[in-house]
Parts: sequence; C-alpha cells; structure tokens
Amino acid sequence: MTASVFFGCTFIAFGPAISLFLFTIAREPLRVIFLIAGAFFWLVSLLLASLVWFISVRISNMDNEAQQKGLLIFGVVLSVLLQEVFRFAYYKLLKKANEGLLALSQEETMPISIRQLAYVSGLGFGFMSGAFSVVNILADSVGPGTVGIHGDSQHYFLSSAFMTMAIILLHMFWGVVFFDACEKQCWWAVAAVVISHLTVSCLTFQNPEYVASLVPTYVILFLMGIWAFYSAGGSLRTLKLCLTCKDKDFLLANHRPR
Amino acid sequence: MDQLSTKWIIHLLFSLCFLGVSCNSVGKKIYVDLNNTVPCVRLLNATHQIGCQSSLSGNVGVLHVLESEENLDWVLDSGPNPPYMVILETPLFTRSIMMKLKNGSSRVAGVAFVVPNSNPAGGFSPHTSCPNENSGVYTEGYDPTLANCKNTVWNPLGSGLSYEDFDFPIFSLKDDNDTEVIRQCYIVHNRPVNGSTPRYPLCAMQLFSHMSAVTNTPTCMRRNDINFSISPEYVCDPLGDSNVWGSSRPLNNTAKGHKMWESVVIAAARLDSRSFFSNVAPGTESAVSGFVTLLAAAHALRNATQEAQPNRTILYAFFQGEAFDYIGSSRMVYDMEKNQFPLDMDNIHSVLEIGQVGLRSDSKLWLHTDPVSRRNATVNKEVEELIENLQLVARELNISGEEPNLSQPLPPSSFQRFLLNRPIPGVVLEDHRSEFYESMFDNREYLNITYPPELTPEEQLEYVTDTAKALTEVATMVGRALYKQAGGEDSQLKNINADSQIVRLVKIISINQNFFSNDRPLNLYVGVYQQASEPTALVHHLLANLTGSVLNITQENCNNQREDEEDKESKHVGHTAVFLLLAPPNSTERRGFCVRSTSRVFRALSPAFEEHNYTNKAYSTWTESRWKSIRGRIFLVASHELEMLTLGVGIGVLLTSLLLTYFISSKADILFSSAREPTNATY
Repeated sequence: MTASVFFGCTFIAFGPAISLFLFTIAREPLRVIFLIAGAFFWLVSLLLASLVWFISVRISNMDNEAQQKGLLIFGVVLSVLLQEVFRFAYYKLLKKANEGLLALSQEETMPISIRQLAYVSGLGFGFMSGAFSVVNILADSVGPGTVGIHGDSQHYFLSSAFMTMAIILLHMFWGVVFFDACEKQCWWAVAAVVISHLTVSCLTFQNPEYVASLVPTYVILFLMGIWAFYSAGGSLRTLKLCLTCKDKDFLLANHRPR
Repeated sequence: MDQLSTKWIIHLLFSLCFLGVSCNSVGKKIYVDLNNTVPCVRLLNATHQIGCQSSLSGNVGVLHVLESEENLDWVLDSGPNPPYMVILETPLFTRSIMMKLKNGSSRVAGVAFVVPNSNPAGGFSPHTSCPNENSGVYTEGYDPTLANCKNTVWNPLGSGLSYEDFDFPIFSLKDDNDTEVIRQCYIVHNRPVNGSTPRYPLCAMQLFSHMSAVTNTPTCMRRNDINFSISPEYVCDPLGDSNVWGSSRPLNNTAKGHKMWESVVIAAARLDSRSFFSNVAPGTESAVSGFVTLLAAAHALRNATQEAQPNRTILYAFFQGEAFDYIGSSRMVYDMEKNQFPLDMDNIHSVLEIGQVGLRSDSKLWLHTDPVSRRNATVNKEVEELIENLQLVARELNISGEEPNLSQPLPPSSFQRFLLNRPIPGVVLEDHRSEFYESMFDNREYLNITYPPELTPEEQLEYVTDTAKALTEVATMVGRALYKQAGGEDSQLKNINADSQIVRLVKIISINQNFFSNDRPLNLYVGVYQQASEPTALVHHLLANLTGSVLNITQENCNNQREDEEDKESKHVGHTAVFLLLAPPNSTERRGFCVRSTSRVFRALSPAFEEHNYTNKAYSTWTESRWKSIRGRIFLVASHELEMLTLGVGIGVLLTSLLLTYFISSKADILFSSAREPTNATY
C-alpha cells in the first residue's frame, strides 16, 4: 500500500528473527558462519523441489484446474520432505565438522556445542524460508494499491507477514528438537517434527480463510516452542528462577568455572 | 533406459529455456493496467507551456465519475477523500468545468475522458477561437481593425482548452472493456449512497505522464545543451517535419535563388492538424479535404500541362506544421528570402490556397482575399482577375463561388505568411463550417463518409460517396482555375477533369485501411522534427505517382537517380525518381516501379531553430517535451488508519521481540542449564 505498510509488515515478519540475530549470533563469527551455511542448505533444498515442480507443471496440462491444484499440493509436500532431508544432511555434516574442528583447535572443549548449532541452523533455515515467503509480497506492498480489486481479501499483506513470523520461529524450534532427537536417536521425535512441518504447510491451503490457517499455526508454534525449550535444557524450575530474579543467588551457590 | 534418460535430459534442458512463465504474481492481484490510453502532452513556445503534467511517480487519485456540473462540488469541496481522479463523458468536457478543475487542482489528481463512439452533437473544438493570431499577417501594425479577429471570429466554438496549462494528467480512454471495468469498480466501491461517505477500500487510479520540459522553449533548449555526461539527456524537441512540393514544369533544383523569366502560380494546401490529445489528429475536414483536392487537381492537370504548356509554371505546395504558427510556410518564405529555394519571392505571380472544402452547404464555396493588400491598385487588379477566373470556372460546374464582404480579412491560412513578406495577389478557398476544428472528432463521420450497409469492404473502396463527388467538383474547378491563371488556353479547359477515383483517397485516408493496416485514421499531427509524420511520405509519393511518368529501370538505379550505370546525375535537373510499391487495380499484390516526377520534400523546421533564436516571436517556436513512460492503472486503496495500524503493530512486534530476546539471552545460562551434565563437556 505504502511505505508504512511495507515497514510494518517487514517488522512483523522479521522482527523476532532480527532481534535473535542481533543479540545472540551477531557477535560470534562461528555462529554467523553456521547460520549462513544453514540458510544455504535450505536454499538448495528449495532449488531441487522447485526444479521437480517446474518440470512437472510443464509436462502437465495447463488448463486442467484440478490437476494444477494437485500438482501444487504435491509440490508443497515434496518441498517439506526435502527440507527435512536437508536438515538431516546438515546435521550429519555438522557432526563430522565438529570432530574436525576439535582436532584442529588448541582447546580441549568444543568452541560451539551441538545444541547451539541446532539453534543456529534452525534460525538459518528460518531466515531463508522467511525471505522467500515474504520478500516479493513486501516489494508489491510499497506501491499505492492494496489487494482486492479482483475480490481477494484485503488483509493479504498482514496475514502473510504473521505467517512468515510463525514459520521463522517454527524453523528455529524444529531445528532444536530435530538435532536433539538425532543425538538421542529418538526417531519418533524426528517424525513428529516432519509431521508438524507438513501440517503447518498444508494449513496454508486454507487461505484466504486467514483465521483458519493462522490460529492453528500459532497453536503449533506455541507447542513446538515449549518442546524446544525442554529439549534445550530448560525446565519449569529454571524459568521460575529467572522470573523471580533469584538467578544471582543460584549462580553464587553453584559456582563453577565457565 | 538410456533413451529414456536422454529424453528426460532433453526435456529438462528444454524446460529450463522456458523462463518466461506467467505466474500468479502479487502485482496482478493488486493492479489492473489500462491499455489504449492517449495522454495530453506538454508543448512549449517562446513564452509559455501548454498541456498537462503529472508527478514523477504518477498521480494517484480516488475515482469519481462526474455526473453533472453541480457534482463538481463533491470533487472540489465536499468529498472526504481527496485528491480525486475525475472521469468525464463528452458533454462535460467543457471549458468551464475544466477551468474549475484547474483552479481546484490541489484536490484533483487527474482527469480521464471517455471517448464516445460517435461524434457529439453541437460541435467541439479545443483550439482557440482565433487560430494562429500572433503569427499571421493581421497584427496591430498591419491593420488594427483586423488584428486579433476583431472583424471575424474564425472558430466560434473554440474553447481554447488545447492552449491551457494543467498541472495534472489528462488521458483519454476508449469506451471499451477497460472503461467498463473502471465504471464497475466505481459503482461497487466509490459511489456515495444516499449522501453517505463511501467506505474504504476505495477504487483509485494512477496516471503516469511526467514531462521533462518546463517553462518555455528557450529554457528547455538551454537545458538540452547541458551535457555533463556521455549520453546527454534532452528534455524537448522542436516540432517540424518536411513540406512536399512539385511543379507542372521541371525546375532546376540545384540553382537556388531567383530564376530569370520564371513566373509561378503557387497552389497551396496544408498537411497537418492537431487535437487536444497527443497523436490523435484525424483532421479530415481541416486538412485532408484540402490536400486531397489539390492532389486530384494536380492529376487532372497532368496531361494539359504537358500537351499545351501554359506560360507560367504551377507550383503545388503542401505545408506541414501549419497548426503551430505556420512552421512549413514560414520556412518556405525564409528559404526564399535567403536564396536557398529554387525560386525567389519575385518569381511568385499569385497564390491559390485550398483550405477546408469538404462540407459545402448549398454548394457554396467562399473565395477569401486580403483587403489590405488590395488597397494597392496593381495587386487589386490581379486579385480581381483571379476571382473572375475562379467564378467563371465554378459556374460551369454548378458551384457558386461567393466573395465575402470586402472588409473581411483572410482566414488562418499559409498565404498569410507570404503576405507578411510582400503583397502578393491570392485567394483562399473555404467552405466555412467549423464544428470540430482541430479536434479528435474531425473524422470521417464529420464528413458524412458513410456507405450503404450491404457493401463488402472491397466494394466500399470502389464506391463513390456524395462527399467524394463534391470534392471532385472542387478539384476540377481548382485545376481549371490554375490552368487559366497560369495563362493557359481556354480551349483546353474542358479537358481538365478530376478523377473521382482519386478523390476516394479521402475515404481511404480517413479509414486508413490500405496504407498502414491499422484500425485507426491517419494521424496528421506534425510531431517532432526527428520523427516522420504520417501524411508527408504519403503525399510525396502520391504526388509523384499522379504527376509523374513511369520509368523502366531497376530499383537500385532508381534510388541513385540514374537511368543506367553510365548515366550522369546532372542530366536530370528538376526531376527526382522515386521507387514506389503499389498494388495496381484489380489486384492486391504490390509491385515496385520507378516514377520520375518533380515531386520533392524539403525540410519544414521553423527558422527560429535554424538561427537558434528562441525568443523571436516572428517565427514558430513550438517544441514538444520528452517523457519517460506514459501509462495508467487502477487498484484499491486502503484507509490511512489501517496503514498506520500496520506500522504500529510492526514496531510493537519488533520492540517486544528485542526486549524478550535481550532478557532471554542474558539469562541463557540459567534457563538452559538443567540438562547439563558436568562430565559431558561436548553436550
């Protein structure tokens, strides 16, 4: 619509991701590198999925609406599966790299733990996924017009931005849970991640019923957030400690070298 | 398996080449682009700018279809969502409404005018009521009682809209599906119901027609000269094109200046027209009727001037740019004065100009003369002789050639520029109907060029309408009068007859079926000098075909002006060879053949641009501005409150997430510590 809508939607979509980047990743060069590598892996998975979809659309009959819709669903499912495959591939690569890094470095401890790697790679996937979801919509939101002359809903920009924010945070949570599950060889957790990803992607087929697609997505986001919190090492006790500002005493009492 | 994988690889590579996939982009959900828009552009002269302008990023306005002049109040005062983009139908495109919109231009974003499918009743002319009043011969110094149309107003319906300066864009839209979409959008979203304000989202339109030039011609020509970069950006271009001329007897073109013993009768017509909108100028009555008549007369005179040559040479001159302060004719007079034309002003014996002759009511044709030059006895005698010749010839053809009141001045015509130089005897033929003078409605409907409905297109081309018959009579009269004026024998007069098939050219030109294969009439706007205008080449080649003789030589020899390889160019003084591609009758195949004739073009650029003196009011100083893109589109706009709400929510989300993240990252050790095993350092 105008510059205000452009900035509003950009902040909504990328606000949490940018703040996470600024406060946790920007100062550590190793984390930045792994973030960008994660983004690249997501990009490759998208490239493969889009190649397959593009060829299948070219081969198919362009006029058959049902066939095109079916191809779209097929494309989405394939893309989700490929993303998760590449997440697993990235995990394997990081494990191998960890051993190499340990051999190279002078210190005895790892410069970066697998848990941090999980978080960083998830965020990398999220950044790239969010960019591809929303940047072209943001570009059109700068112009003077808003969606609706052909009868589409007016809340297109806003709901796209909220969906993108959810997806970015979800990717981060999925990354944490996935890596943790792979470490513990807990395959049902991996399957749960894949299924929840599929669910969220298929919920977008409800659009333009934005309520029907956004509300369940945010519910899943909340649940995944709790799961990721627990697998990252948090618990209700530590949360209570932080919130009631008793953390300083805790540290003093359990002082250990960092 | 091998063949299958090869096939797949080939298919893959082939698909990769198909990069132009039309997908459902977001832009298509928002905007509907308008095709077939015609803008009004900015023109500048020595002191003013006229026309329309939009802002660099296009003018956006909420649509409003104007229903009446009282409804203007909504646009200018009471409407709650300014600025408005006003949609006008023809009866409302008047001077009073446009001037009110111009004065309230802070609330007006632009105007879109819907062109009707048939001409409006009651006439419409956006030109001034006294055309070319400052560049003709009637100035305060020449005769104060005749200056500025004090004696006769030549274009009484003229509203002068073409010469106003608007700071919003004005486009014209054809009445087709696009316009129907616009009307529907207005009815669904914008129309106030029972006086209540319409609610957002509202339908809006954006028009782009940013013009680079401002103020006046000296300013924009000075800016043209600034070149700091390798590719300099020009902001305006002078108007102009080429004049066409031919003669009944070959004149040595390389010897410029005065020719001894040569006395010439000039037969003049104009080639151009204009309208309010750029590049739409059918000019059927104002220009086409005139030059087609002259072409037919030239054709009729071909045999007579070759078999029994009259004493004087007849010069057929077709002037371009006459609507813009007489660009073509002022250039010819200038060239004659500077001895750059094969003739001189002293060689001119008399002038016969053919103005608007397409609509004669009661078969009357008016013969205008200049009263001031007639005060000189010798000139008066010549003029009376010319009028007598014309009336004699007219009587034989049942046309009544009337002389107007002796004190009436000349109408706007190229002859006035010759008079500015010295008093020459001359007559201007006019029919005096000017309902659609210099407007977009001056088309075939105005000239009543209609066919019986049962004819096929091929039969229509052969059919001779009443208009064509009337023009044929005028052409015959002009041909005979010219022959007599040139001193030819009276006995030859009855052999000079215009061919009505030639006159049917006027229909072809106004329908434009054969020449440019487009479904629009010929555009007679003179355009910028660098761009060729449509009628010039057409008339040049037609004149060559109608007055010349066919030569049997190859195209290469023809283009090199020689008959064969050993031929020297100097042998053909006075003649040019033109290679034409035409379809002979009874066939649609076009063949090429070479025609030798006296038909030539010479440049019609105002002398002000030759001398680089752009403030000189003696000559035309019209230029046209340059522009980058001209287009329009419609879409919905949301309310300002919703936009601010979105921005507010965005900033809120950003600040909240910054705070939360800071909090979590500063307590990260504590928060994520419960699963840490002291011995396992890698986990």
